[in-house]
Amino acid sequence: MTETAPLTIRYFAWLRERVGLAEEQLRPPAEITTVATLIPWLAGRDAAHAHAFAARATIRCAVNQEFATPQDRVSPGDEIAFFPPVTGG
Amino acid sequence: MARVAVQADPFDPGAELARLLAGRTDIGGIGCFIGTVRDTAEGRRLAALTLEHYPGMTERAIAAIAAEAERRWDLAGCTVIHRFGRLTPGAPIVLVLAAAAHRAPALAATSFLIDWLKTRAPFWKQEEWEDGATAWVAAKEADDAAAASWDQTSPGFTAG
Repeated sequence: MTETAPLTIRYFAWLRERVGLAEEQLRPPAEITTVATLIPWLAGRDAAHAHAFAARATIRCAVNQEFATPQDRVSPGDEIAFFPPVTGG
Repeated sequence: MARVAVQADPFDPGAELARLLAGRTDIGGIGCFIGTVRDTAEGRRLAALTLEHYPGMTERAIAAIAAEAERRWDLAGCTVIHRFGRLTPGAPIVLVLAAAAHRAPALAATSFLIDWLKTRAPFWKQEEWEDGATAWVAAKEADDAAAASWDQTSPGFTAG
């Protein structure tokens, strides 16, 4: 059996600072199929991830560079980004 | 087709106006918005703003916002240039131009573009105070309300 492609997880702004990484490549277990199931799995990785994901209400997500909802699917090879509400302009 | 640029360098509004008008005689008005760094926030003196963005997604998001403006109004062209990096008070951050045959669509599209940029383009501002302390800017409900006033739901979600 060939190994599945990893997810690329990207973090921005204070999520990046709290996790301590801008990007990581991870292979979550097969039951992680949506944004909603990915978040608690990431939060359980270590104290830094737990701190970053503690304020869930203020975290937004993009899947493959499009804004996503908790119900959106994540598949091997996807680029998933987590960030605070945007403040540009 | 909109002109979209995401860059660290300053932009030249005069050159961008000329570019929008080049070879066109059907334009009757151009709306313009330039966002700049203000030297105070929440009553404190600001030393700088640092803008972080999501390369790749930023360009796609702005192009989608511009396409939506072009769908809603009959525009002769529009330009969105957004800067990133560390910017000091007085520095321009964002340029929005919208050209049309008449002023109403030009002004409305300009207002729409900046309202949606504030809530739908992946930029994050970090304030740097005169004492060196820094803080990420929180999203403003007023910005969400302004964006929502254009009749669409806001993007993103509440994860918790």
